Amino acid sequence: MNLCCYIESANAWLAIYTTRLLMMPPLVEVKDVMKYFPVQKSFIETLLSGKGEFVRAVDRISFTINRGEIFGLVGESGSGKTTAGRLLIRLIDPTSGEIKFDGQNIENLDEAELQQFRRRAQIIFQDPAAALNPRMTVGQAIKHALDIHKIGSETERQEEVLRMLKRVGMTPPENFYNKYPHQLSGGQRQRVVIGRAMILQPEFVVADEPIAMVDVSIRAQILDLMLSLKQELGLTYVFITHDLATANYFCDRIAIMYLGKIAEVGLKNEVFKSPKHPYTVALMSAIPVPDPKHKPERLIPKGEIPSSISPPPGCRFHPRCPYTFERCPREEPRMLRISETHYVACHLFDKPVS
Amino acid sequence: MIVGAVIVTAIVLMTVLASWISPQDPVAINVGPILSPPSREFPLGTNHLGQDMLSRVIAGGAMVMQVAVISVVVCILVGVPVGLLASYAGGTSDKATSLIMDSIYAFPGLVLAIAIAAMLGRGVVNMSLAIAVVYIPSYYRIVRSQVLTIKELQYVEAARAVGAKSRGILFRCVLPNVVPSVVSVATINFADAILTAAGLTFVGLGLSVAVPDWGWDLTYGRRLLPAGAWWVITFPGIMIVLLALGFTLIGEGLSELWSPRLEQ
Amino acid sequence: MDYPTRIGNVRAVDHVSFSLQKGQTLGVVGESGCGKSTLGFSVIRLVPSPGIITEGSVIVDGTDIMRLSEKEMRRLRGHVGFIFQDPMTSLNPVKRIGDHFVEFIRAHEKNVSAEDTLERARKILESLGILPERVNDYPHQFSGGMRQRVMIGLGLALKPKLLIADEPTTSLDVIVEAQILELMNKLKKEYDLTLILITHNIGIIAEMADTVAVMYAGRMVEFGPTTDIFENPLHPYTKGLLESAPNIKHPERSMRAIPGSPPDLMNPPSGCKFHPRCPHAFEPCALREPLLLHRERQRVACHLYD
Repeated sequence: MNLCCYIESANAWLAIYTTRLLMMPPLVEVKDVMKYFPVQKSFIETLLSGKGEFVRAVDRISFTINRGEIFGLVGESGSGKTTAGRLLIRLIDPTSGEIKFDGQNIENLDEAELQQFRRRAQIIFQDPAAALNPRMTVGQAIKHALDIHKIGSETERQEEVLRMLKRVGMTPPENFYNKYPHQLSGGQRQRVVIGRAMILQPEFVVADEPIAMVDVSIRAQILDLMLSLKQELGLTYVFITHDLATANYFCDRIAIMYLGKIAEVGLKNEVFKSPKHPYTVALMSAIPVPDPKHKPERLIPKGEIPSSISPPPGCRFHPRCPYTFERCPREEPRMLRISETHYVACHLFDKPVS
Repeated sequence: MIVGAVIVTAIVLMTVLASWISPQDPVAINVGPILSPPSREFPLGTNHLGQDMLSRVIAGGAMVMQVAVISVVVCILVGVPVGLLASYAGGTSDKATSLIMDSIYAFPGLVLAIAIAAMLGRGVVNMSLAIAVVYIPSYYRIVRSQVLTIKELQYVEAARAVGAKSRGILFRCVLPNVVPSVVSVATINFADAILTAAGLTFVGLGLSVAVPDWGWDLTYGRRLLPAGAWWVITFPGIMIVLLALGFTLIGEGLSELWSPRLEQ
Repeated sequence: MDYPTRIGNVRAVDHVSFSLQKGQTLGVVGESGCGKSTLGFSVIRLVPSPGIITEGSVIVDGTDIMRLSEKEMRRLRGHVGFIFQDPMTSLNPVKRIGDHFVEFIRAHEKNVSAEDTLERARKILESLGILPERVNDYPHQFSGGMRQRVMIGLGLALKPKLLIADEPTTSLDVIVEAQILELMNKLKKEYDLTLILITHNIGIIAEMADTVAVMYAGRMVEFGPTTDIFENPLHPYTKGLLESAPNIKHPERSMRAIPGSPPDLMNPPSGCKFHPRCPHAFEPCALREPLLLHRERQRVACHLYD
């Protein structure tokens, strides 16, 4: 080929690639989302204290989730990760901010649109015993979703449920259809919960600590199931967990949350191999490693997680941070760019413009 | 619970079959000597009108039970839906309804029933309504406490996540879990209603004299007591207590039956 | 150790034997229902009813506690500290922390005044990183991590020789868990403790335990020094357990599934209870329970080594 053709084809290739990229907007966009829960106070207390107090569960977070990825939301208690998960599928409404799903704002959907949305976005809960109605059989629980959206005829629905039971590993499905949750083991119940989430063939699934309450030897089975379902249905997952090690295994990108804010977000390797935020570093060093020869070098921040009702001013982590300086309590850090995919909210990385 | 069921069934049967099994017409006066103590001819004695106590005792339950049934039915038809809807909706409707219900609840039951019955006048229906109003708040409260708990349970959240509408959730998830408590309350309510009905009649606000009724017997029986005629008040009194006891036992048995099912 | 129930007998702990040297830490690892908590309770005869210990002996510091009277047993419990799993429910919400200490210490040491006890409590709290004034606070005023420290403090109040900790960090956040583990290490040295640590977390075992007992369905399937067990796990379940654990340093080596599910102890599988899930099962496995055999410094119960 001569040079002209070469350039032409290179241009063409570039054009196709860019168009493809432009055609692939992120599936979910979260912008400055806040969720405050009012603290229940008695009449007298409100009179005395003057104003209402709020639990700042999620305090201005922004991120995007790309199609087909597994996005990890990692944090300890009070981090807001569970609330964030529920906001993403509109089980609760944001106090302010914007959440876009496939380009469409989901904060103001009317009933019909919300029903449509529910078919595309689902959730897997943490506690399989609590997530299943004790008075409904397992088959009925899964079929319920189909009934609500009036999909197919009655027989078709039952067949679909049987197919799903088999798909999640409950064979023979006929045996399990009429069982009640209390007749199943924890791992089996969680499979049912997963089946119920998948029966509507969603595109987007939020998994809220799906293996935390499952036996250790079964956890890997459940994760394998979730991965195979992802392949089959082309899913995008949000994986909420406090277990960094599992997130390392399962997720593509990770966001670390602390007290309602995102401390760091990046590709798995970026966050795990070169964590930047002092909190992330502390988290990574804290996890016990199953290797007796490994000597833990722990950087444990002092104190405990403060309350989300009156969080520390400025950077939320500053009272416990070993690197805190004067700017930290005064100013909330912005998300600063370390690389195209790696961002951290910490003043240490704010290079002054000279 | 079985004991309770047996008692209640026996009394119901007795009342239903009253016209066949009572030896005398309960309303007919002067079938026997006035105020005669229990004897072979009149096993439970006679009252001041010469009416046979045994017949009156057999037939007297009818009114009381009718009143009890109607009031309990009204209670359930009003209290349960209001409780369900108001507490599920939450917010102002919940607070407003709770306020109303609590106010009613604050009145001593019998006093309120008397007040309402006095306003409405006599008759089975009015008496039932009076009693119903007094007990609706109990149903409301128990339904509300159940709804509030269940509303927060994760499987309700799961139902919402799958797309269930509020109405669907109320009927499929909340109602089945509320029913056991309502049934238990209802049975205890029967017992209470019976006693209250008797009390209303006792005070003179219930039914007309022509109808054989344990409550009337209690009223007159009390007046006749100083005269030494202990049998007029005692036997109807025992029947009332028995019937109330029967329902209470059923209620307790039912609640025991429902709860430990989930305990394994 | 059995739990007789209406539906049948559950053998929670089945022929478990081990010995523990002074100053050593034994890690008992297994999943829920494997009997590890029950084992812990059995060592101090605190098994919740209707459980009963049917056979065996537990020798603590030369004394067979199975033969002790209830009174002597109570005295012994003063020398064995126990940390329960859930600090939320193990502390009495209407008693101050100081009162917990006073009640506990005075139950075992008759002649101590309340004043002295409170002073000891303050010192213990301080050594655990809690402000001594908080001895007057109620449990609900403490966070989860602090409550667990209080539990540890109570366990150590009588300067026990033996401490049994049942899932001490399971309900805690990651960083708090790390703080508690460091604290336990420090206390181990300070008090020269012998520690039995019960957990399902392999990482904690690797870090804290000198010896490991792996339990499955009430039986001890492997036993040995921690380094040996991790480098060369003999029992297929131990191997599976190690491979299924998430490993933050080497994620590619982690999270391999063990097929099947933990057994129903009412109807346990015949022979070796692990055989339905074992990739190496062969004919004797369904027929006979394997005995515990010695292999160098380890002990394993598996027909593969018969």
